[in-house]
Order: sequence, then structure tokens, then C-alpha cells
Amino acid sequence: MKPAKFGYFRPETAEEAVALLGAHAGAQDGAQDGARVLAGGQSLVPLLNRRLVRPRALVDVTRLPGLRGLAVTEDTLRIGALTRHADIETVTDPAVHTGFPILPESARWVAFPPIRSRGTFGGSIAHADPCSEWCLLAVLLDAQLIALGPAGTRVLDAAGFFTGRHRTALAPDELLVEVRFAHRPVLAALAEYSIRQRDYAVVAAAAAIRLDRWGAIAEARIALGGVADRPVRVPNAEKALLGAVAGAEAFEFAARVAAEDLEPPADVHGSAEYRRELASTLVARALRQAQAKGGPQA
Amino acid sequence: MTPDITAFDDVPMSITVTITVNGERHELVLDPRRSLADVLRRELRLLGTHQGCEQGVCGACTVLVDGDPVRGCLLLAVQADGARVETVESLGRDGELDELQRAFTENHGLQCGFCTPGFLMLATALLRDEPGADRERITECVSANLCRCTGYKGIVDSIDSAARSAARSTPRSAARSASHGR
Amino acid sequence: MTVLGKPVRRLEDRRLLLGRGRFHDDVSRPAQLWLRVIRSPVAHARIRGIDTAAALASPGVAGVYTAADFPVLPRIPVRQVVPGLDLDPYLQPVLATGFVRYVGDPVAVVLAEDPYLAEDAADLVGLDLRELPVTLDAREAAELPQESWGGRTPKAAVVEIGYGDVDRVFETAPRVVRVPLKVGRHGGTPLEPRGLVADYDEVTDRMTIWGATKVPHWNRRVLAQLLGIAEHRIHMTETDAGGGFGVRGELYPEDILVPYLCLRTRRAVKWSEDRTEHLLAANHSREQEHTIELAFDEEGHLLGLRDEVWQNNGGYIRTHGAAVGMLTATMMPGPYRLPAYRTRVHVVTTNKSPTGTYRAPGRYEVTFVREHALDIAAGELGMDPVDLRRRNLLDHRELPHTRPIVIYETPMVLDGKDYLEHFDKSLAAAGYRAWREEARAAREAGRLIGTGCAFFVEKAGLGPHDSAIVEVDTTGAVRVAMGGTNVGQGIETVMAQVVAEELDIAPEAVGVVLSDTDILPDGAGTWASRSTVVGGSAVQRAAEEVVGKARRVASDMLEVSPDDLRIENGTFVVAGVPGKRVTLAEIVRECFTARQLRNGEEPGLIGRGTFVVDVMTYPYGVHCAQVEIDPGTGGVRLLRYAIGYEIGRSLNPLIVDGQLQGGLAQGIGGALFEEFTYDASGKPLNTTLADYQWPRALDVPEAMITVFEDAPAPDNPLGVRGAGEGGTTGCGGAIANAVRDALGLKGSVLALPLTPERVKALLRDRGGKP
Repeated sequence: MKPAKFGYFRPETAEEAVALLGAHAGAQDGAQDGARVLAGGQSLVPLLNRRLVRPRALVDVTRLPGLRGLAVTEDTLRIGALTRHADIETVTDPAVHTGFPILPESARWVAFPPIRSRGTFGGSIAHADPCSEWCLLAVLLDAQLIALGPAGTRVLDAAGFFTGRHRTALAPDELLVEVRFAHRPVLAALAEYSIRQRDYAVVAAAAAIRLDRWGAIAEARIALGGVADRPVRVPNAEKALLGAVAGAEAFEFAARVAAEDLEPPADVHGSAEYRRELASTLVARALRQAQAKGGPQA
Repeated sequence: MTPDITAFDDVPMSITVTITVNGERHELVLDPRRSLADVLRRELRLLGTHQGCEQGVCGACTVLVDGDPVRGCLLLAVQADGARVETVESLGRDGELDELQRAFTENHGLQCGFCTPGFLMLATALLRDEPGADRERITECVSANLCRCTGYKGIVDSIDSAARSAARSTPRSAARSASHGR
Repeated sequence: MTVLGKPVRRLEDRRLLLGRGRFHDDVSRPAQLWLRVIRSPVAHARIRGIDTAAALASPGVAGVYTAADFPVLPRIPVRQVVPGLDLDPYLQPVLATGFVRYVGDPVAVVLAEDPYLAEDAADLVGLDLRELPVTLDAREAAELPQESWGGRTPKAAVVEIGYGDVDRVFETAPRVVRVPLKVGRHGGTPLEPRGLVADYDEVTDRMTIWGATKVPHWNRRVLAQLLGIAEHRIHMTETDAGGGFGVRGELYPEDILVPYLCLRTRRAVKWSEDRTEHLLAANHSREQEHTIELAFDEEGHLLGLRDEVWQNNGGYIRTHGAAVGMLTATMMPGPYRLPAYRTRVHVVTTNKSPTGTYRAPGRYEVTFVREHALDIAAGELGMDPVDLRRRNLLDHRELPHTRPIVIYETPMVLDGKDYLEHFDKSLAAAGYRAWREEARAAREAGRLIGTGCAFFVEKAGLGPHDSAIVEVDTTGAVRVAMGGTNVGQGIETVMAQVVAEELDIAPEAVGVVLSDTDILPDGAGTWASRSTVVGGSAVQRAAEEVVGKARRVASDMLEVSPDDLRIENGTFVVAGVPGKRVTLAEIVRECFTARQLRNGEEPGLIGRGTFVVDVMTYPYGVHCAQVEIDPGTGGVRLLRYAIGYEIGRSLNPLIVDGQLQGGLAQGIGGALFEEFTYDASGKPLNTTLADYQWPRALDVPEAMITVFEDAPAPDNPLGVRGAGEGGTTGCGGAIANAVRDALGLKGSVLALPLTPERVKALLRDRGGKP
């Protein structure tokens, strides 16, 4: 289980990295893919080892300056693409914990510590696994994704960023450099289920709600992973919640509506039917947990 | 069919790196596709690091890179350029078992011993960060790696016992663990 | 000094903890070539052509070989022969010939200077395959002739075991329960994948092989015959092994390819299997479909049992032959009073990976099927499941009990003491009654909590023999060589304990050599929980012989009667006469003197022991489980677990406990998580450890393990019953019964493993609401 041959570049700057991606992007030598970005490598290297991906070159971006860290400025959380999962898990900045607690809380769902110590936030987003926690939260909170290309940076919306299983709207010569969360979720939670505890999720659900002062739901967002070729929102279920009193009845109704709208794919870890059932269970749980974040009065 | 990539003259196929392993600096010229685990085993003949899956799942190849536990099969050796790597061979001194290793033999924390180096490195990192880690925390931590022989009880017992005896020798550690914000 | 029965720390640990173990992949020979196997990507096909030209031209390649390169292409013979069955037509060739029969079937091999280059070249081998229809279900196509079997049907064998007029019993029995059940395909899958290194020495004209675990002497015998060389030209040496579990060390295609190519190229050849290969190519196990029927009278006395079993054997018959089928059919009656019985196992080849034995082979399956059927029967009879078992367990009045069954050509003599008493004691040790109360109360409060138990009978100590040599040298150093192998179980320590006990020395002072074919001419290997029972008994005999001779010589040296000598710390002392003593080293030196040789003694101090045994021993035990089911996900959480196990005598409680804890985790894997599945084209879906899911630490409960030594085994001098498998055996049964209880099912759980998806389906069928 050894990778096929590839060349290796370690550029000094993001611009240089983009130039290298561009230079090798078009090259399709037989079965070889063009150039691939190597960050933490925790998702890419398993694929390389099984020769499921055969790039002619890797562009190692791990040492590019200025792309690692989280900061909250003007109510926006910016996460550098090279921020490691463990950095998010252990962030001490109170602005992150008060404004965006769902991010550090969710980090513990991302694989295990030896993976979190190397894997990166941007790498996970760009890898676009349909059940990735970070992709799910990006979709839930309408994150903005900042891509650097030959012509400079552009901003992509999470809604259109994920185009399929392991596919994104990034051009072959673009590098994801930052992810911005401008939407401050008030009450948000992530619930997921894996066959073995703490393992790769079969289905994951994230919910964010805002309640008015009478306890009715004023705003609701629900995103699901593991139920399609990309993380998805369930607008009908979100609408069903608006105006309802937050509580088991509303949550379970929304969970049913969410499940009805899904056409999940089947794989070795779960059939379509089972995934739909899990989605319903987990949406209700995520909503309950989100509500509980507001304390007993909420 | 895969063409021979050596035909491409525009991609670097051989990289010079410096890696410090167990305190010793090594300058190596590497094919970039070689994993850190393979380079430790084959180039440096440090055979204590084992490979059970080469997919980052089993953790038998867990080593410490700049102090953090890392899957040796998922890190290209060229990515460890300039890094400080610790392997199982760094534990114990002059062939004497260290406290954690002793706890493993006292508590029957190993059977075939193939997963053991990975668990030792995982636990070494845990006990450095959280010397007073409790049993629940230890179980959660070792869930990162797979063992097929022991059913894990012996492994958890071993690390737990090492943590308890460390706590006895350094009373401050319990407080540190309690303040660890997870 | 008594060391038997003490939790002696393992001698293996130090090297393994320091990273100094010697596993097959750690062996590196000068100028070695790396072997890479090219495997079939499809489940069933005719081979139209294999193009090796590009691979041969690839950098660093020393050779590419297909079946055509073998003058005579051997098929791998059966090691565990079941008399009366001709399995030859279904044996696996070393490289696929004409057809491939499963994804992973070896088609060609590459030899290259480096493992990366070997894999590069393997990629370039072109296979021209014409796909054939696949058979994935044992039952469906059992009678349809197949082209790849030369027109034979894929059903390789039927194993039928029984006694009494069982059909008549079922015609007249007042109560009959019939339960169809499936056992999923799972396997031993040790953490270290397989591997082998062979090196040839021109000077001595001999080949050394590293990595053959389990049965090195048998493998050498077959290799010598296949390669046409004398056995003594092959030296199998000992290595550490990263887990065995029945799967590692059988004679697989690679175990012949590596030595063959070593001889052919006159270079060292090394093969290290990768994980995906392992999951395709090493033996799977367990996959069976049962229809069990139980006949009772109105009071719940068992009158008869019959079972029709379809065993999915995978692509070929391998070295185990029909052993799993045989074990299924012989072990099904278990611990119960059973007047009439029949099990028929249809062993059918399919286009999945070939199968073999895996820890508790046959017993894991039958314990699940029988014990689950008993719980269903209890429901139908209106009886408590514990009471139903108590009514039918053999007790002290009937044990030992001879069943009219022949197993491995030996009569089945159940050598236990009292199954009923053991059941009661095990349940009491677990506090099972309180678990049941707790579960009942929780169910009333709306939670899905249930309990279940399973009684199992294991088998161990398969003969017919094993041998050992204990020797003391002139420095007083002690070494034992025996025929077991190290698969991580702690055999080195236990054998050292047996010798240390006889010589009254510390176990650490005993050097242990396991299955080195140069040192021990014959050894029967490590499998079927036999090493301590049979091998340990041989070691004890050899050590006794050493002590006996040493005593004779010491009595001559000290001029005292042998009866006045006592061995203390490896020194013979004369009772009541301080200072009159002679050490083992002194005795050994004396053993080379002309005086002793004239006395008719052999030179040196060497004891040889062979232990021959006609019957097996049958340990027995009880598994108890308490589970909670999450109605939202179908997830099963193990809340409590207990094992009671009668093992006759525990030589090292630390190691016995470890065997049971570890066996339990594997049993849980098979009950809840692990299953090899395939798509409709026969493509395997579990090719990494992310998809083939062993339990992790968080998934295994802290089990309460109670080892009983109430019934020492009568037929071996150590009194041991074997402890390697009972941690696994009862798991499927106990967990299935607990899940059924939690869900309040009238019928069965249908199949193992009880994955969340299967449990969710059971919840749905039962009517949804918790």
C-alpha cells in the first residue's frame, strides 16, 4: 500500500503555490491527476497510499506563512486554512467561545487526537467529504470561503462551494486560504452518529436556532451530512420551525420533514432508509441540544 | 496504465531533508512518496514503529512529531523536514523500562506487542499534557488506536496506573489536569 | 518456589516494550527482493491472458511470474482432514490457473528491489479477464454446475453428525421450535498483516524462513514435498507475530510462492502483506445460515435438536478443509442432555474470500444459534430462559458424559464436572438476577434495556501429540524447545513457568525456543487452544526427565539415596545435611564424565518429552450481557458483561484474564460491528480498517471475569483445559439474547452482527415505538 510516484514542491508563498498548481493543473499524463494541494495530509495520504489518487505532483502548503489561526474581528470569525483541528479544539480566545462556541465544541467530533494534530480546517473543507463536521458547519452558517487564484482572491459561498462528493467549486489552480463565519449562531449544536463511538459519522446533523422573547423560533437552520453527495440544508424543515414554540413537538415534526426531503446514498455503513431514519433522529437531537444551550429558561 | 513519472523533468523527485529522531539529526535524500513510518523503519532501521493499516486508522505507527502524536503512515517523511520525531526507541534508558513501560508489563497491557509502540507513544503524549488524566479520559484517548489482542482493559489499566503513580510523585499534576479545559 | 498458578509477568514484554520485538517485516536480508502479489479485481472470471511485459520493464524489477512459470502448479493440501471427504477438486492453486474465484485471488507476482517499485510494477500487469456470473449465497447456487469447477457443483462437502432417531422424535414431540438464523462473515484479522521472508544460503545449501507461525513443522513438510527438497534443507525460525487467532500461519499461496521464488532466484525474498490484501486474502470465517429446530416435552425437557446449515466457504477449500463444518456439527449439542440429534452442514464454495478457522471456530456460531433458539423456546414454552437451561444442563450425576459423536477422530467425552453447578455459580458471580431486575425496571420506565446469557462448551487440547526438549548446559543455563508458536498469547512465559516449577528456578532463567525446526524435529504448532494442554504437558514431561536424571547423577555424586535429595533453587540438597549440595551446572559437567557414561547415562543433561493424548478436554462457561438500545439509532451499548469459565487449572491468571478480555473484544466485534460484506458483483466492501470495524476502547465494557478451577482436566498432568477461546465463544449468544430481551421480541434477532441498522430494522418490525 504505497503511493504511486509523484513530484513534490514546497513553495514559500501562497502565490507561488498557486503558480505551481496552475503549472501542473492541466497536465494529465495517463492516469495521473494534475497537482494536488498537500496540507495536513490526513485525508489525502490514505487515498495516495491506496493509489486511488495519483497526482503527478504535490504542492505542500503546510509552511505557508499567515494561514494558521482563528481570530474574531468585527463579529466575523476568520479561520486560516492551515489551522489545525487541534487548534480549534484548544482555542482559548473568549471571543471564539462566546461568539462561535459550536466550532470548538465540534472539534472533538473530528477523528482522533493524532489526526487532529496534523489535519487542517481548510484541508477538510477542500476535501469536501459529505460527512465532514467542518463542511457541515460551513453550510449551516453560510460561511464564506476565500480562494486565492492567479488573478487574486475571490469569495465563494458555502452554499455553492460543495459540488459533490470530494468536489468543490475551487478551480484546479486555486488555493483555499481562509474561511469566514459572519453569522453568529445563537443556539447551535452538532449531533452525529457513528457505529463505533467517536468514529467517522454515518450521519451528522447540525442545527442553529434563534428564539424570540416568547420562546418561539425566530430563525432556524439545519444542515445534514452523510445523506447526500455533499452537506445539505433542509429548507422545508427550517421553515416548519419558524414561529413554533421550541420544544419536542416542533423538533420532531421538523425532523420528520427533514427526513422526507432526503434521498440518501447507500454504502457499507448504512442503507438509504437507515440514513433517513438517522437523519430524523439526529435533527431532533441537534435541535434539542441547541435549545438546551440557552439554559432552562430558553 | 501508469506512465513512468521519472520521464517528467519538471517535478522534483528527490528531496533532501533533515529530521531529528530521538535526539539524533539525520540528513536524508528521499523519494517524496515515502511515509515517515517507512523511512523510520527502512532508512533508519528503527523497527519499533509498526504499520498495521497504512490508512491512519489503527495507530500502530503513532510517533510524536514536535511533541504531538501523529500517524507515521499519514505523514510524508519530507513533511517532517526540520521536525523533532520521537519513537518508542526513545522510551526507557539504557535498556531499562520507563515508568509507563513498566506499568504495561505489570498490568498485562500487551499481548502480541504489535500495537504497543503506538499506544506507548499516544500515552506518553497524553501523560505529558495531562499527567493526572483519569480513567475516562485515558479510555477516550486510547480509542484513537486499535488493539486486536487485549480488549483494551490491560492498556487502560497500565496507563491509569502510570498516571496514578506519577500523580503521587508530583502532587501538582492533579490540579493541572483539573484545569485542563476540554 | 511455586510459580505455576502465579501471575508471573511475561518474559516477552521487555523486548516488545522497548521496540525490540522481531516481527517478520523487521527481518531484512542482504540483496532481498520484495514480492508483490497481483490479485484478481473481479470475483469470478476466466483468465484469457496476462500481459507482464510492461511490468518486467519497470524499474527495479527482477521478475514477474504467473501460473505458466511453474513447471507443476501445486494446489495447497488440506491439513485438517475429515475422513471420508474428498476435497481435492476444490483446493486453491498457488497462482490462479484458468479462472479466478474471488476478488484477491493471486494471479501473478512481481519481484523487485524495493516495495514501492514492486507495487509500481504490479500496477502494470495487464489482466484480460472474461467475467462469469458470481455466486455469493451458499444456498442459492449450491447445486448448479460451474465452469470454473470443471462442471462440478460448488458444494464441496456435506458434513453430517448425529445420533438417535431424531426425525421420529420431531414427529412425535409435543413442542417444536424452529428458528432460522444467520451468522455474519467475520475474521481474525490480526493487527500485523501476514508476511514471510525466505533466504537461501549457497554454502550450506539451505533455506531459512521467517514468519511461519501456527504450524511451522507441518508447513515445512508440505513445502519440502512441493519443492522436492529434503525437509532438513528448510529451516523455519521463530519470530514475534502480531496476533494469530487461527488465521495467521496456515499455508497460504504466498507461503509457497516466497520460498519457491527464493530457491528459483537464489536470493532472499520478502513479502509483507498490506492491510487491504489481508482483508481480501487471509481467511475469513463464520458465515453460516442455520435452521435449527428444538423438540421439547411439555415440561421443557429437550427431546431432540436438528439443524440444517449452509456454510459459505468462499472461493476455495483451504488447509482447514471442512473443519469448521465438522466443528459446527459436533459442538452444536453443547452442555445439554440431548437424546436425539442431527446437524447437517453443507459446505459450499462461493465467490467471496476463502474461509478457515477463527478463534472458537464452529463454537461461536453454534453457541449463538443454540442459545438464541433456547431463549425463543423459553418464550414459547412459557418458561424463564434460566430455568429452561437449568432443566436441561448435564449435572454431576451424568458427567463425565460420552456423546455418541466422533470429533477429530476421537470420541467426544465431555470431561466436565457439573454444568448445572457451574451455571448457577457463574450467574451468581455476575449478579445476573439483579441485572435482570434492573433491566425489567428500566424497561418499565421506557428504556430499552435487556439481559441475556449463553452457556457454551469449548474444546481444547487436540492431540494426538506434542514434543519438547529441556536441556541444561554446563553453565547451568536452562532452555526448553517446544512445538508451540508465539502468536502473542504469552506461551513463552507459560512454558518457562512449567520448566521453572520442576527445576525450582525463576521463570526468567528459562530460555524458550518455539517451533524452531532445527532445534526440535517435530512440533504440532499453536492452534485450537492446544499449546498449554498438549505442548505444556510435553514440556513438563521433559523437565521431569531432566530432574530425574539430575537426581540420579546427584545421588551418585553426593553418595546419598535419590530419595534423600530435594531440588531447591536449581540445586540438589540433602535433607538435614547442610552444605551437602550440588548445582545443576555441576551435575551437567558430571554428565559428560566417562564415569557417568559408563553408568549408561547419555552425555549432557537433556530431557525429551512427548505427550500423546487420545481425547480432547472440554472447558465450559457462561457469558452474561446487559445491553441498552438507542431507539433513535439502533445502537447497542453494552452496559454490563460477565464471563464465568471453568478452565481446570490456571497456570498464569494474568495471562488467562488477558486471553478472556481479548477474546471478548473479538466476540463483541462479531456480535455488533464486524462483517465482511459484498456488492452484487462480488466486490468486497470492507477493504480497510475504517470499513471493517474492530471495537475500539470505548466500545468494550469492563467485563467481570470469574475463572473457575473446580474441575481439573483428567487427561493431562497439568489439569489444564485451555483458555484461548472461551472469551469469544459465548458472545454472540449472550448479546443476541440481551438485545432480544431489550426489544421484547417474540421471534429471533435474525442475524449477527447486530449492527445499528439491523437493530433499527428489528425495532421497526416490532412496531416502532419503544
